[in-house]
Amino acid sequence: MRLIAENLSGERGGEPVFEDIGFTLENGEALIVTGPNGSGKSTLLRVIAGLLPHASGRIGIEGGGEEFPTVAAACHYLGHQNAMKAALTVRENLEFWQSFAGSGKLGIADALDDVGLGGLSHLPFGYLSTGQKRRAAIAKLRISHRPVWLLDEPTAGLDKASDARLAGLMRDHCAAGGIVVAATHLPLGLEGVKALEMGRVHV
Amino acid sequence: MLALYLRDLRMGVRAGGGALTGVLFFLAVIVTIPFGVGPDLNLLARIGPAILWIGALLASLLGLDRLFQADREDGSLDLLVLNADRHMLALTVLVKCLAHWTASVLPLVIAAPLLGLFMNMELIGIGAAALTLLVGTPAIVFIGATGAAVTVALPRGGLLISVLVLPLVIPVLIFGVTASYGAVNDPDPFTPPFLILCALTMFLAVIGPLAAAVALRSGTD
Repeated sequence: MRLIAENLSGERGGEPVFEDIGFTLENGEALIVTGPNGSGKSTLLRVIAGLLPHASGRIGIEGGGEEFPTVAAACHYLGHQNAMKAALTVRENLEFWQSFAGSGKLGIADALDDVGLGGLSHLPFGYLSTGQKRRAAIAKLRISHRPVWLLDEPTAGLDKASDARLAGLMRDHCAAGGIVVAATHLPLGLEGVKALEMGRVHV
Repeated sequence: MLALYLRDLRMGVRAGGGALTGVLFFLAVIVTIPFGVGPDLNLLARIGPAILWIGALLASLLGLDRLFQADREDGSLDLLVLNADRHMLALTVLVKCLAHWTASVLPLVIAAPLLGLFMNMELIGIGAAALTLLVGTPAIVFIGATGAAVTVALPRGGLLISVLVLPLVIPVLIFGVTASYGAVNDPDPFTPPFLILCALTMFLAVIGPLAAAVALRSGTD
């Protein structure tokens, strides 16, 4: 499977945010998108996912087969929000997403153990701290199978140990043939990844 | 899809869900009317079905602004849109509408017979009003979903939804009230307006979610 972007341009409200971005990611490759605030990292991820239209160029997936015909179908998108309901428990939230998005290799209990939230699944999601919420959202990536992970500032609110754990999960995902695109300010502890520096800042 | 229905239902009835706001509003409107109109029992009985319908209509518009906005704020809406290849977006919208109807509007239908007593309505008239509400209120939610989808990005979209949606639900109101009157006033028929009301609901069950899905897809930013 390949994730291909060619001459991709994105705009917000008619203002160009980035232009002529191109990359090709094969199975097992990761792309780290860096750049100052306002350089269009989040917009790029949303354009890749298909949540925003692209102004020009092409974005697509090759070799996804019938199960993953489009990037939207093949990707997990972890945005700034965690997409969880504060009034429901962690377990209820994850159960919903698992049955809605399809099940993956891991069960909910295992995925929560992996992010260090093993004993907290009975708590309402709203009771968790910022970092714990983020970790629960990261557990969501693993309970449904998607080959492409689009992560927007995945480490926001995480402590050091969780940073390392996330890096381990991303390495595992790549080792299993997955593709990761992450927008971040921090080094994520991944070796041998492609890097994309978003330069021009439009004010 | 069942999971989505159950999740939205749970959200509606748990603390802060606001499912009961509609019923309280409905109660407040219906209980106030006899004080305003005066103790003329015949007049109350005559305007009863119309008042019940108007009250239920306005009450069911109340919670509509949260239908997609809550999901948009916590990022769930993005994921619902992204999963469109697995679950058609219009179907997702339909399920969300049904969950909203069950949590917020079905209580209105259940409360309607009780409130009909305040309006001095006959037993058969109360039954007819409740039945037409049961059949007709889903149509209001389906049209409302389109309004909610269009205004999803607006922080204070609630009133705008009502203004957008009200002209479109007038046919539902007309046939609902006509059928309710048909059940008690002898020369007027009950079945034809009731069947048209059923047809309206089924028609809007298709059109409403489709239009809402288009609006949601182009509304992501």
